Amino acid sequence: MFILSALGRVTGRLLQEMGGMAVLLGQSLLYLPRRPYRWRYFFRQLEFIGVNSLFIVILTGLFTGMVLALQAYYGLRKFGGESMLGAGVALSMTRELGPVLTALMVAARAGSAMAAELGTMKVTEQVDALLAMAVHPVHYLALPRLLASVIMVPLLTVISVFIGIVGGYFVGVILLGVNPGTYMQKMLEVVTADDLYNGLYKSVVFGLLLAVISCYEGLQAKGGAEGVGLVTTRAVVLSAIAILIFDYIMTAMLF
Amino acid sequence: MTDKRHIIRLEQVYKSFNGLKVLRGLDLVIPQGEITVILGRSGGGKSVLLKHFLGLLLPDQGHVLVDGQNLVALAERQLFQVRKRFGYLFQNGALFDSLTVGENVAFPLQEHTNWRWTKIKAVVEEKLQQVGLQGITEKMPGELSGGMRKRVALARALALDPEILLFDEPTTGLDPIMTTTIGDLIATTVRRLQVTAVIISHDLSLAFSLADTIAFLHRGRIIAHTDPESFRNSPLEPIQQFIAGRPDTTVDNTQKDED
Repeated sequence: MFILSALGRVTGRLLQEMGGMAVLLGQSLLYLPRRPYRWRYFFRQLEFIGVNSLFIVILTGLFTGMVLALQAYYGLRKFGGESMLGAGVALSMTRELGPVLTALMVAARAGSAMAAELGTMKVTEQVDALLAMAVHPVHYLALPRLLASVIMVPLLTVISVFIGIVGGYFVGVILLGVNPGTYMQKMLEVVTADDLYNGLYKSVVFGLLLAVISCYEGLQAKGGAEGVGLVTTRAVVLSAIAILIFDYIMTAMLF
Repeated sequence: MTDKRHIIRLEQVYKSFNGLKVLRGLDLVIPQGEITVILGRSGGGKSVLLKHFLGLLLPDQGHVLVDGQNLVALAERQLFQVRKRFGYLFQNGALFDSLTVGENVAFPLQEHTNWRWTKIKAVVEEKLQQVGLQGITEKMPGELSGGMRKRVALARALALDPEILLFDEPTTGLDPIMTTTIGDLIATTVRRLQVTAVIISHDLSLAFSLADTIAFLHRGRIIAHTDPESFRNSPLEPIQQFIAGRPDTTVDNTQKDED
């Protein structure tokens, strides 16, 4: 009985949070066409989420591509399929690892910062101050972050995929000695534009997810520093879980 | 007070948080063009009460009427229209710490007017000058002292020339000299602009020096609302206790800390 009631509480809380996030998303869509358009604030978010995540995304992409080449080479060599190395790396990067790892890194870097910033604003009455000045926090705080994330996560994904393929080429061709001609030829033969689009659809959804979750959690902050820390952790954990779950769902649907 | 216009009227307002009854059938009227000070113990629900005035909190039961409009019945958009008539000075200023002082004061103007940047800049300078600040528009709020932050927050609250100014503990956390300065600033501002002001505080000297009327919040109700002189001579025990600073002998557990 205890387990059942605990399960019920957790489920109830989760459903409530999901409902709150859906409301936040709905309000954002309602406010999307409404003036004033705060271009400067929006560009600041683009810079924060996109430009400032560039380094970490490049690093992640590079090492993912490199390790993919190492691992795939080990497997492919067992049945003499080394020529497929380029295709393997490129397929994994475009369809799966590029979008997922980029989104996870952005959630960890920018999502956590969003939750912490909005959480601090909430507990220091800055969110109340917005309301008192007749400005809706979703319009002013959440909407620009959602938009910036939806635009920037796919762009970062493209960069990550490209860098990953470069990393894979470096390990496969230069370190492991796979023939560069076959590496490139098989890659271009097997990978289609659809594979890249698949990955990009995912990354749009991931970008939206992590921004909605992070903004929602931030605006839920209560108390003081401890409350802000709590929602920041929740934002990152929930974003990661949501990204992985939606990754499976979308992969199953897009195939 | 019956002949005066009441800009804000609260009728039988009840509000609780997680079963904790903070406001319990509170009635209060705020006369237009006067300074009303609401006194009460710390954590007695004063901030909660003030947030009801502009619909930041809505009552569980009862009505909040601002110039005849019942906030409880308003749609969000109309509620936002009502809020533009208010200036709200938060306890710690609640300045946006990612914006400069100038951007903070300009914020309501950018949001609610179509003015050009040059005009907004001039108004920002003017409002900062009114609160005795100059040449700090490029500073960040984090670089300012508590008293300066409150002045900037007052300048921001005045930006849209509100009809009603709400002050949440304007002197708490300031040294005695700054307390007098802020008190004088509030007095001159309110008299010059001829606005309605509501101040919540537990600062008796501030109340007696500024107030046209004083209301006393005790256990979720306003138990007295009168001019300062009759307030001082009030026969009510909680008020005499408050004025004399005697510790409360009857423990009231339902009044948990809220600010």
